[in-house]
Formats: sequence, structure tokens, C-alpha cells
Amino acid sequence: MAEIQIKKVAKRFGSFTALHQVDLTISDQEFMVLLGASGCGKTTLLRIVAGLETPSEGEVWIGGRRIDHLPPRERGIAMVFQNYAVFPHLTVFENIAFGLRMKKLPQADVEKRVRRTAELMHIEQLLYRYSGQLSGGQRQRVAVARALAMEPDVILMDEPLSNLDALLRLEMRAELKGVLAASKTTTIYVTHDQVEAMSLADRIAVMHQGRIVQAASPVEVYRNPAARFVGSFIGNPPMNFIPATKATNGSWTVAGMTVHGPKSDKRQIEFAIRPEDLDISPGGIDATVRVVEPLGAHTLVTADVEGKLFRAVLDSTTEAKTGDRLSLKPKPDRVRWFDPETNAALN
Amino acid sequence: MTAVTSDAPATAYPEVRKARNWLLIAIVVVLCVWVLLPIYLLLVNALSSPNEVTGFPKRFWPSFDTGSLAFFVNFAGVAKALWNSVLVAVFTMIMSIGIGAPAGYALSRFDFPGKEAFRFLVLMTRAFPLPLLALPLAVMFIRTGLDDTAFGLAIVHTTLALPFAVLITFSLFSGIPVELEEAAWTLGCTRFQAFWKVVMPLALPGIAASAVFAFTISWNEVFAAAVLTIENRTLTAFLLQSLNVSPLYLKFAGGFALVVPALIFIFAVRKYLFAMWGIANR
Repeated sequence: MAEIQIKKVAKRFGSFTALHQVDLTISDQEFMVLLGASGCGKTTLLRIVAGLETPSEGEVWIGGRRIDHLPPRERGIAMVFQNYAVFPHLTVFENIAFGLRMKKLPQADVEKRVRRTAELMHIEQLLYRYSGQLSGGQRQRVAVARALAMEPDVILMDEPLSNLDALLRLEMRAELKGVLAASKTTTIYVTHDQVEAMSLADRIAVMHQGRIVQAASPVEVYRNPAARFVGSFIGNPPMNFIPATKATNGSWTVAGMTVHGPKSDKRQIEFAIRPEDLDISPGGIDATVRVVEPLGAHTLVTADVEGKLFRAVLDSTTEAKTGDRLSLKPKPDRVRWFDPETNAALN
Repeated sequence: MTAVTSDAPATAYPEVRKARNWLLIAIVVVLCVWVLLPIYLLLVNALSSPNEVTGFPKRFWPSFDTGSLAFFVNFAGVAKALWNSVLVAVFTMIMSIGIGAPAGYALSRFDFPGKEAFRFLVLMTRAFPLPLLALPLAVMFIRTGLDDTAFGLAIVHTTLALPFAVLITFSLFSGIPVELEEAAWTLGCTRFQAFWKVVMPLALPGIAASAVFAFTISWNEVFAAAVLTIENRTLTAFLLQSLNVSPLYLKFAGGFALVVPALIFIFAVRKYLFAMWGIANR
């Protein structure tokens, strides 16, 4: 059992607050992705769990044991770094064996475990090379193998794929998912790449300015963003937002269209819709087409609604031209609402 | 290294560019001659027989006669002075690395109050001329009984070599990614184990280079050596004292014995010295 509990963890660097009392529980064997733009505190949080950074306040528990005062070596974790951190003076074999030798395992066991993890990561033919003789992708495999060989309770990954080229990243992503699911370790994975997050995660914790804005399954995060930031950060192209003014209690006027919405005392809230949840149909939002980008599978239309940018992913058979006026009708069950002051979702 | 020529505007007249190139070449040649000519004369004369040194005309190539050198080596006191020089230089080497490398590591890995001031002060130690310090030092050394000992002189040489040791090891440790250490911590190492198993093997060639440089500084130093030792002269102090009254060929042989080891050492570690000055090493 290696459930991770992060309790009210805060981190300040001088006057700058990197983390504001973060709470997060990651259940045993869960793959949790910390997603956010650079500087949001996701790496800091990971390093606090690893023990490479001390929290200013709060507690970290792994498997029912409080570990925030322990050095990294006593936490039962293994970490994969963004720049691989493969020891250049050791062979691949000795790199993978490094932690096992620190545990003083007998040579036969070391040998066995190194070979097994090397096979798992498909690097068994590289065991006697040095890191200088490896490609970036191979180095990353060594780094992952080194972490797996430790058979840790928790694997921490800090943007492990961001230094790889696009094709390799795709390949490694799928492989990582398989290997980590098979190893049954609890994983925290930090990334700024939303596609990576969506494809790998059991749950995504979206971070923004030192806070966890939403922690939920990838589909939930995508479908029901808990805050405006989540909607605008996740999804490519991102969610569309238009101001909505109160018509009657429970219905709102959005760019000339009246829509059913939440009951609220506020006079103005924000209407939000994902670009792919729009259809060309009468009685919708009145939009003037600015740019049309045929992308093969779909056509991306960038339009102007009340002076704001508004994107729609439409069927590739759509024949819209710049300057056309379209009526874009949102799918009713996909419409979301946000409070413009708190930025939180309204129901 | 194309910066000099590419600085010239593209529209410059060819003659101007040509003249500029000639000027550059001339400066390079003068500088080379400035450095190499004395070394050449030293080599030629040291490797000639005593008669050839005083004779005229000179030969362009030395006769590779070891007469001068043999005479020098057998000269009374040379062997002892040589031994003293080595002893002092080794002490200096050990102390400046023993103190300098931890300081360099601390500078590269930790943020502490006064870090910049510390770095500045390390360099400042080179701002005080040794003659200014020599007299008070001599007095103090006599009082504490450190005068005329290899260890006492090594302390002074260590203060001379220390700034370089700190700066070289600082750039050395800065070049080793901190993630390597962090990875070692997560793999079960204590701070010290991580340093010993990961940082040390990677830094060792550079540390050796910095040690050799400290050795060379001590080996070449003459002023403190002359002031602070009487019986236990180092080679430099010994030569300074005895050679201004000795024949020409002996001076050349002595110079040769001093310069050649220093040159070889510096040449061996040049890569790391360039790194210290921030010149990209290839």
C-alpha cells in the first residue's frame, strides 16, 4: 500500500509563494499527473514529495508513514528527471544497479534485477555502454529502468519526455503507460503537456499559481472544468468564453441567443463551450468567419462573436469562407457556465 | 575566432581589411616572440656545453650537451633546494585543494548570505602585494617557529594558490548537474555518499589539474621563499641567492630546471585553466 497524502503543503521562496496550502490524496497504484504551465508549482510539489525540497508548512504521508522530515533515501521513492541524470561515469548496467548496490543486495540479485528491468525497457543490448554513447531516448529508458529496478512504492517523474523529439515522445508515452501499469507502483508525473496528461493519467491535478484547481479523471477535467482556467488551459483549441447577461431567472442572453442556465443573483456570468460542441444550425450564436483552416479530419473555423475570438471545430465538409456569417448552435448538454469574479464553475 | 574579421563592415575597402589582417598577424607574432624567445634562448643555452654558452657566435640548434645541466645538478645545495621545492609545492597542493575544493563546492551548490562578497574576497586576496605582507609574516613566523620550515612557506604559498583552487573547482562543480546528485540521493545515498560516488569521479581530473596548478604556483614563487627561508631554501630562492654570483651557463641550467617542469604541468592542465577563465574548452 502506498497511498500518498499531501496535507496543507505550502512552500515559500522568500516573499514568493510557490505553493498555497495544497491538499491532494493519491490512492495506491494510481497514476496521478500534475499538469500546469511553467511556474505553477507542479515541480516544486513533486520535489517536496521526493524530499529534494522542504515544505514551509504541511505534511506528506506515504503508505501511512509521515515522511516530510526524512531524507530522500528513506522515503521509498524513485525519481526520473527531466534531463535523465544518467551517471556519465558508469555503464548502463552500473547505473541501473546503483540503487541496488546502495541497498547492499547480493550480486546475483543485482544481476537478475538489472537484466529484468533492462529487458522491460528494451535496453538489454546497451548494458555495457556509457551514457555518452546513448541517444536521448535510450538515456531516458535507462533512467526509467534505474527507477523501476528499485521496486519503489512510488515513482516520481519530472517531465520525463519533454527532452525527446515528438515521434519518440509518442512511442515512449505508450510504453511508459504499459510498464508503469504492470509495475503497480503509485506514480506522480509532472508535465506541461496536456496531451501527455490526458493519455497517461488515471487522474489529473491541474495546477495554477501554486494551487490545485481541479483533480479529477481526464474526461471529467475536459468535460467539466471546475474553473475557467482549466477550460482555457486544457483542450486544443481551448474552450470559448462569451459574457452572458441575465434575461430571466434561469435563462441568459449570449450573443443574441437565449440559453437555459444556472439560477444566479448575478447580472452577468460567462458562457463557455468547447469548439467541437458546436454545429451550424439556425438559432445559434451569430459569428463572422475570420479564418478557415481545413485540417483534414475537421475544419477549424476562427470567427468573431461580439468582438471576441470564437473557435469552432466543424465537419470537414463545411464550406465556410472568410466574411461568411454563421449561426453556431451549442450542444445543450455541453454548455458550461463560469462566475467571472471567482472564475469557478456554476451549475 | 572569426569575430575579429567579421567585425569589419561588409562595405570596407579590401585594402583596409587587408591592412587590418596584417596588423592582427603582426600583433600575434610579436606576442609569440615575446613569450617564446626567452624560452628558446633558455633551452639553447641550457642544452649547450659550458664553453658554447660563453662562446660566440651562437648555434641555432643546441648541441644537446648535458655538461651545463650535469654541473648544475652536482652544484652544492641544488639537490637539497630541489627537495625543499618539491616538499613545499606538495604541501601547498594538498592544502589548497583541501581548503579550496570544499569552498568551490559550497559556492557552486549552495546559496548563502554573503556569497558574492565571499567570491569577491577570494579574488581580493590576490590584490595585496606579497612584499607588503612579507615582513609582518616573517616576524610572525619567527615568533611561532614557522620560519625556515617547508610547512610555513607552504602556508604562504597556499594563500597564493587558494583563489585559483577555489575558482577552478567552483567552475568544475558547477559543470556537474545537480540532478546527478539528487538522483543519487533518491537512489539511497547520503549527501556524502552522493558526493563521493557521483561528483568526485566526475570532478577528479579537474581537481587533479587544479592541484597541479597549485603545485606550479608554489614551484615558481620566489619572493616569499627568499624572505621566509634561510637554511631550507627552495630552488627559486636558492637560485636567486647563489646564481647572481655564478657563471652564465649555471644560470641557464638553473632556469631550465625551474621553467621546464612548470611549463609541462601547465600544458598538461591547460584545458581546465581555460575553463576557469570562462573560455569554452573544446
